[in-house]
Amino acid sequence: MKNRSLVSINDFTKNEHLKILNLAEKFEKNPTQNTLKDYVVATLFFEPSTRTRLSFESAASRLGAKIIGFTDAASSSVKKGESLKDTILTVSNYSDIIVMRHPQEGSARYASEISPVPIINAGDGSNQHPTQCMLDLYSIRKTQGKLNDLHIAFVGDLKYGRTVHSLVIALINFNATFHLVSPVELKLPSSVKRHIKDKKLNYFQYTDLNEVIPNVDILYMTRIQGERFADPLEYERVKNSYVLNNNMLDNAKKNFRVLHPLPRVNEISEDVDNNSKAYYFQQAKNGVYVRQALLTSILGVN
Amino acid sequence: MEKKKIRKELKVSAIENGTVIDHIPPQSVFHVIRILNLDKIKNQILFGTNLDSVKYGKKGIIKVSKKYFESEEINKIALVAPTATLIVIKDFQVVYKSQVEIPDKIVKFVKCFNPNCITNHQNISTKFDVIDKEDLKLHCHYCEKITKKDDIDFN
Ligand SMILES: [Zn+2]
Repeated sequence: MKNRSLVSINDFTKNEHLKILNLAEKFEKNPTQNTLKDYVVATLFFEPSTRTRLSFESAASRLGAKIIGFTDAASSSVKKGESLKDTILTVSNYSDIIVMRHPQEGSARYASEISPVPIINAGDGSNQHPTQCMLDLYSIRKTQGKLNDLHIAFVGDLKYGRTVHSLVIALINFNATFHLVSPVELKLPSSVKRHIKDKKLNYFQYTDLNEVIPNVDILYMTRIQGERFADPLEYERVKNSYVLNNNMLDNAKKNFRVLHPLPRVNEISEDVDNNSKAYYFQQAKNGVYVRQALLTSILGVN
Repeated sequence: MEKKKIRKELKVSAIENGTVIDHIPPQSVFHVIRILNLDKIKNQILFGTNLDSVKYGKKGIIKVSKKYFESEEINKIALVAPTATLIVIKDFQVVYKSQVEIPDKIVKFVKCFNPNCITNHQNISTKFDVIDKEDLKLHCHYCEKITKKDDIDFN
């Protein structure tokens, strides 16, 4: 993995994914180290994403790295019309690795082709967000004790949700069974389903959330965004039919856990938070360990 | 039958030097002219459409004098007129004839259909993998979205 950019989840193999997860486990036991004290990590956020940026900066800080960068395009030379190429080439002079978030799809792939230092994609428009996917895998393995042969339900916006697409594609390597719960307007695109079919795995589609809960190991909730609907009334109807609350979890299996990439709006009611089956805040915490593992692997420092 | 064949050969060879694009789907003739910028060059051009074709029923044909197409231009023809045949003429003789072929990769000349693709915002050449040649589908190397046949637009 040394010196290789991470743009899409498929840039790394299944074995490499597992190596990252194993390394992240070590960081969870011992998160504060000084292994990156001679390194500079750039975090270029062409659009703001406080949560993701803080997670990366926390990961880098705990390893002793210096951090440079900007938090949104308005506070950088991008606002003056500098091209992405010029920004990347300039910042690569000052840093050993670049973590970037950009509103346009394909930006990270392009950056990885022109940059002399490796790029970690922290989200390129609606396309990819591979570090989120890695922390999701980590959280699933940690809660279930394994990654193979699990029943995973995805709920909400399966059409536009990039985290769902990447995670489905990553889980295909682990013989998962997929339970897809969404309004008909927001079904998983056939381009993603094709990957499931290619591996001869099973998927089931539902419109009712209650139906899947007793049968699955993981319930991966996502937010349904209003801008996906032409009709605001339709949005209101749909939004409220995919809300998880505590009494719906009574028949869940013992190992069942609720995941969510956060931020949530109303799709998980707050009474779920204290249920031991709610895992989304720990999930976010796992992001730091996974990002530590990625930074050190890509920089070749272990 | 023999006579008909000869007449056809003559028709095709009616230019002294240049290229004939034959077997174009009739509805694509003007599209081919546009994407090759044939409406902007000074060469002599003859074209016909809705002509009878033994193979396809109806067809279009374009003959361009003193012009030989580059492979990028031939790839463009393949995308809008996949049935087209390219015939190179020198001294009234057919020196080369082949059916155009959709390539596995397409670089530069097709626009990505996704308005939010980085290639539509920065000075970057597009790159596509052709994932379906029958029902044309192009997978963008950058945004990973698929541009379908009806959405193809040229740079
Ligand atoms: Zn694109």
